[in-house]
Amino acid sequence: MQEIKNYTMNFGPQHPAAHGVLRLVLEMDGETIVRADPHIGLLHRATEKLAESKPFNQSIGYMDRLDYVSMMCNEHAYVRAIESLLGVEAPERAQWIRTMFDEITRILNHLMWVGSNALDLGAMAVFLYAFREREELMDCYEAVSGARMHATYYRPGGVYRDLPEVMPKYGESKWHKGKDLERRNAWRGGSMLDFLDAFCADFPRRVDEYEELLTNNRIWKQRTVDIGIVSPEQALAWGMSGPMLRGSGVEWDLRKKQPYAKYADVDFDIPVGVKGDCYDRYLVRVEEMRQSNRIIKQCVDWLRANPGPVMVRNYKVAPPSRVEMKDDMEALIHHFKLFTEGYSVPAGETYSAVEAPKGEFGIYLVSDGANKPFRLKCRAPSFVHLSSMDAIVRGHMLPDVVAMIGTYDVVFGEVDR
Amino acid sequence: MSETTAVSGRPAFVQQLEAKLGQKLVRLDEARGEITIEVLPENWLAVAAILRDDAELHFEQLVDLCGVDYLSYGQAEWDTTDVSWTGFSRGVEGEGPGRFDWADRPHPAHIPRRFGVVVHLLSVRHNRRLRMRALCTDDDLPGVPSLIGVWPSTDWFEREAFDLYGIVFEGHPDLRRILTDYGFVGHPFRKDFPLIGNVEVRYDPDKRRVVYEPVTSVEPRVLVPRTIRDDSRYDQAQAEAAAERKK
Repeated sequence: MQEIKNYTMNFGPQHPAAHGVLRLVLEMDGETIVRADPHIGLLHRATEKLAESKPFNQSIGYMDRLDYVSMMCNEHAYVRAIESLLGVEAPERAQWIRTMFDEITRILNHLMWVGSNALDLGAMAVFLYAFREREELMDCYEAVSGARMHATYYRPGGVYRDLPEVMPKYGESKWHKGKDLERRNAWRGGSMLDFLDAFCADFPRRVDEYEELLTNNRIWKQRTVDIGIVSPEQALAWGMSGPMLRGSGVEWDLRKKQPYAKYADVDFDIPVGVKGDCYDRYLVRVEEMRQSNRIIKQCVDWLRANPGPVMVRNYKVAPPSRVEMKDDMEALIHHFKLFTEGYSVPAGETYSAVEAPKGEFGIYLVSDGANKPFRLKCRAPSFVHLSSMDAIVRGHMLPDVVAMIGTYDVVFGEVDR
Repeated sequence: MSETTAVSGRPAFVQQLEAKLGQKLVRLDEARGEITIEVLPENWLAVAAILRDDAELHFEQLVDLCGVDYLSYGQAEWDTTDVSWTGFSRGVEGEGPGRFDWADRPHPAHIPRRFGVVVHLLSVRHNRRLRMRALCTDDDLPGVPSLIGVWPSTDWFEREAFDLYGIVFEGHPDLRRILTDYGFVGHPFRKDFPLIGNVEVRYDPDKRRVVYEPVTSVEPRVLVPRTIRDDSRYDQAQAEAAAERKK
């Protein structure tokens, strides 16, 4: 009889289901995984070391590039850490704007996730639907910051500027004109808040569409039900957070338990799973999109009714307006010092965490009183989740590894930093 | 800031910590409502086990572990307390990681307690956070015991701290580099490691393969010197914010 031995297989880093640059060394027994050894770091850019070499404000843009599908949530954690050390607090309107954009970001992230995960598991169409809505939300990013992804919109002490009064419209082109152009611009007659209002009214129907494609889909259920079961004890021991933890039935959400920004003032529910398998986590994420939509609607209503400043009037931290600079010597000096040297942050250390779409994204910041961070550590949820890979996938089949990578929702920008 | 940590019954919790850890507690700090404890490396494992298993503490989750290099802590490149007569050079001279390359890297004198390991813990049951720190006694071969038997999530964090800072976690079953390249030399996040790195890669058309060479494509430079100012402006901002809230 022929003797059969375990063999090792290399998966990635150039593999469409590796979600970036994951290299997995899999020890296989037939098609069963005996050991999985993820190799990471192929996208390591030493963000934390770079941040140590720059004034505080110049690293906000680096935060966008960590988890590059939930950009503003990363900025939020960083900005809150600085605010905590400085002892400044953003004005109320800025807090509401941050809450709103955090939730827009959550929908952006979950749309990306549902689309690409379905694509990994063989459902092509969902991706196309999900990116239709992503386009609209990214237009909001663009309207508010000028960039579709790497916004650099949050600043210590508030946000860069107030929401735009006019939502940009599509122009006429060879392909989009007449009725078609009118349809595309239908929501864009008024301000950005009007646009978001229309979006919120329509979005639940869109989520129904994705659910129709997946929730009761036989193939989808065969690929996800009972795959990658994570028990609540395992989830806690492995440091999991976000949908990974809630999918296992642990009701833990920083927005509820340790509220920041305006989460204490909005009404929403936390969905939790029952079994802790890939299917439960799918259901949790889909429900989170609906809840995020609810929060956005509440933020839109508040922001409409309450105009006000979006940045603290403390010129040691936030720049004065251009108009003031023109005829006020003090303002000019402040402006000059802020942009040449930055602000010095009092010595101390802090950890600030936000509920990013993937889980707890935390910033541990040590300052020695200088205008640059002494040590910055980004606690990335994907990094922690991926470290449990070996423990979870042992005994599963090879195709389940793909399902598992998908359900972790890993993004290598933040795994490798 | 009350927003940062909504911790219930903090004074009682601090008393519990002090009672349960006793002599093992070196220092306890409560700045900004965040509690930091410092322990000796030899008590590292014992304290971790108490923090996880005690029903009243119950830190079932290790959120984060990272290394810190305290070399050059509190040193600035730009003197703000005195008048300087040296002019321009004070802005372009300094010892930060952005100012030297691999060949000219400094070799700092022996500094005990240069490296630290910082752990962030979370108790889901009590909704509390805790920061725990140990300073390594030896800076030639810094090390603390591995927490992998207490919290499995520390696995990759310890590998990362080893990779970036060279801190050895005794008892870790698989302490390999994790983020840097295969065959990397040095520990890049140390303050005496150059910001521009030590080697760069390129494709060599003659050898028809990728080659590693000392960095030549970038030069060390610092655009903004490191400055420390401790004036009273933040007190003023805080007072203004407090007055605002009272209204």
